[in-house]
Amino acid sequence: MGDKRKMFIFGGIIGLIGAILMKFGNPGNMGICIACFWRDIAGALGLHRAAVVQYIRPEIIGIIFGSFIISYLTGDFKVRGGSSPLIRFVLGFFLMIGALVFLGCPLRMLLRIGNGDLNAIVGLLGYVFGIFIGVQFLKKGYSLGRSIEQSKIVGFVFPVLAVVLLIFLVARPAFILFSEEGPGSMAAPILLSLVLGAVVGILLQRSRICTAGGFRDAILIKDYHFLWGLIGILVFNLVGNLVLNFSTFKIGFEGQPVAHTNHLWNFLGMTLVGLCSVLLGGCPIRQTILASQGDGDAGVTVLGLIAGAAFSHNFGLASSGAGSTPNGQIAVIIGLVTVLIIAYSVVVGAKNKSKAKEVVNNG
Amino acid sequence: MANIVDARGRSCPEPVIMTKNAIDNNLTDLEVLVDTNVAVENITRFVKGKGFKVTVEENDGEYKLKINK
Repeated sequence: MGDKRKMFIFGGIIGLIGAILMKFGNPGNMGICIACFWRDIAGALGLHRAAVVQYIRPEIIGIIFGSFIISYLTGDFKVRGGSSPLIRFVLGFFLMIGALVFLGCPLRMLLRIGNGDLNAIVGLLGYVFGIFIGVQFLKKGYSLGRSIEQSKIVGFVFPVLAVVLLIFLVARPAFILFSEEGPGSMAAPILLSLVLGAVVGILLQRSRICTAGGFRDAILIKDYHFLWGLIGILVFNLVGNLVLNFSTFKIGFEGQPVAHTNHLWNFLGMTLVGLCSVLLGGCPIRQTILASQGDGDAGVTVLGLIAGAAFSHNFGLASSGAGSTPNGQIAVIIGLVTVLIIAYSVVVGAKNKSKAKEVVNNG
Repeated sequence: MANIVDARGRSCPEPVIMTKNAIDNNLTDLEVLVDTNVAVENITRFVKGKGFKVTVEENDGEYKLKINK
């Protein structure tokens, strides 16, 4: 099978799963959303108190198991860390704030487009713009530095977290919060979500599809390999929705589920997501996959995502169907400025370092 | 002697960018060192697209890609 076709089909299956999970009960155009689902988990753990978005999403547990097991079997499981963890935490934090102003991670953005939500096309333009800015830093020598081998136990943190979350989900202890209304209360059956999540984890681990990587490589090195995966997600999701979710399929800006029509903030929210994703070397779903295959730096990034989600709801930054909030708009601006300063500082630091090296080499 | 690019420990997409920079500087007969399968795949795809030949040697979880025309 040709590489491009393989990407298209792998992405396609993920797009179909998005349509299936929505059919079986997940919120509108939210078959899978890594940002929303980590946010729901943060809520279930009581890290934020937005009562409508609290649930331990089995898809996330499945994705972690899928990526962990398949990477273990294929030899991709490698325990590494130590590449600017704190910067990664901050980038993950602001990435989540941008995603929750837009209302979705880049994967959900594609799934929203696949069900006719034109606001997500505005988000896509912002996302690509953010990636374009990030690529400029990469060209100037942006790097978060080398990771090194870590103790093997580091690689088991996320799989163990997934087991603990699964226990909480099934046992439902009193200290875990579950939404009784709103998006957090809408969910496909646990077993279906778990299994399809695992399939997504396996497909993404094997294919290395990344929603940021697809556009980044197209811009940076004119390589369209991963972009085919994204096209697969979009096309199959569209077809899946037309077959499975025809009653909710609607092309337009107004009245889309868990979405708003503030174009500027849809655009800028996703600009922040695109920029952070490129600077991190991968989008939220890719970070989750990597965190599950031993990458401790990606693990710290995911913790940043969770912290960002908690703050988003505690500080009223997250948008709702009614629109973005003033606090959220300010947070996106602060995020963009902060992340640009970080990227600029890293580039300047890298330049000074290579100059110092030259001096040493020239003796 | 081959020009060595040490991209071990670098996260995606830095190994590819480092390889690209070396090629853009007209360095041929490259040896690129990496330590993940993903980097091997990405670099291989990139340089093959540029018309180079690649051989990969694995040694204890690290990979050496020999790249030449």
